[in-house]
Amino acid sequence: MSTSNREIISNGLWNNNQALVALLGLCPLLAVSNTLINGLGLGLATTLVLISSNATISFIRNWVRQEVRLPVFVLVIASFVTAVELAMNAWFHDLHKILGIFIPLIVTNCTIVGRAEAFASRNPVPQSMLDGLSMGMGFTLVLMTLGGLREFIGQGTILAGAHLMFGEAARSLSFSMGADYHGLILAILPPGAFFGLGLLIALKHVIDKRNAQRADKPAQAPTAEPAAAEG
Amino acid sequence: MPELKRNIFISAAILGIFGILGATLVSLTWTATAERIALNQKQAFLNNVFKLIDKEEIDNDLLTDVITLHAPSLAKTEFKAYRARKAGKPVAVIFSPVQAPGYASPINLMVGIRHDGTLGGVRVLSHMETPGLGDKIDAERSDWILSFTGKSLGNPPLEQWKVKKDGGVFDQFTGATITPRSVVATVRKALEYYAREKENLFKAPAQKLDEVPMH
Repeated sequence: MSTSNREIISNGLWNNNQALVALLGLCPLLAVSNTLINGLGLGLATTLVLISSNATISFIRNWVRQEVRLPVFVLVIASFVTAVELAMNAWFHDLHKILGIFIPLIVTNCTIVGRAEAFASRNPVPQSMLDGLSMGMGFTLVLMTLGGLREFIGQGTILAGAHLMFGEAARSLSFSMGADYHGLILAILPPGAFFGLGLLIALKHVIDKRNAQRADKPAQAPTAEPAAAEG
Repeated sequence: MPELKRNIFISAAILGIFGILGATLVSLTWTATAERIALNQKQAFLNNVFKLIDKEEIDNDLLTDVITLHAPSLAKTEFKAYRARKAGKPVAVIFSPVQAPGYASPINLMVGIRHDGTLGGVRVLSHMETPGLGDKIDAERSDWILSFTGKSLGNPPLEQWKVKKDGGVFDQFTGATITPRSVVATVRKALEYYAREKENLFKAPAQKLDEVPMH
């Protein structure tokens, strides 16, 4: 079984998006999506781990026996997460302080062991790395969208704290509605994360449905338009 | 039976090999980053201190001029007093971390007190207050915490070391009184502690700090 690169990318970013479709990795997704930069930071760390672990697991897939594969996957993933955590602490110290416990928790992100088991253990190294990259980017994009939404609605800023990631020069990147904007605190609080994710999932369904309808249309007569199903 | 033994052995060997490989990766990264991480922590700590007492006013190494204190009114656990000096003369003392009881969990503060008893300033190191309400104590969120700078036990008078709602001079936040009330009370206690212990604080022999402060 081989999947085309195009398919791997579209699965990761959209069709089988780990956050919106598979609903994996909700713990970091909901906890760290309070600002766009936090989302980006955790997303990139997760992507890095996904690419490395997928590559390694694909590389060793023919040597590791079935019965010990899960412990080996967990070992590989935990080692990479520790390495990434140390590296972030060394080079992105402030961001590391903010993301805190959620970087070590990447170990428990089901997406990673999920991709190891479902993809990397059955596919060659290059495809597995591409799968890690696409799945990671899909996850990162959702984290950033959710983070951006919550940050904007909740505190009226976009890209606040950009300097934590890109250095002092990036301070000017952040945009603020000004002190007059009081913000909807709900968006920043944990329930806001659930509402936001729910809305994003709904939005994805609407878009998918539209696309499916559009694809059907040429075949159908334009007269028979069934009542719009979605409310 | 020999078949089973063989299987167990092979599985264990595979796991062992990956254990060694994993440990190698982690150890290598650790070696490559440990020094930088310690430096980061030290720098982050000093950056906080220099917000309270100007860098130019200090010429000693704060991290080697430390004593450990225990005062239940300021923190449940031990905390440190870093002594800032210039040309051997006491300039200020930094208490860190002082804990104010928060709405959710303790608020960790760094309190800098000048030798004459005025506040160099106060900063929040970490807290779990409600975002959008109590988190205004954080200097990143509002200027409230800066209002302590320059205050002392006589300015404002002791009975006005409270939030405005309680008849004092410090602002509270709409929707969150508990947090600022607790921070104001704790800072006042830190000043009182300093007034009592001032002499000893600067005289006590320095301890060796075996790890870089996390805050």
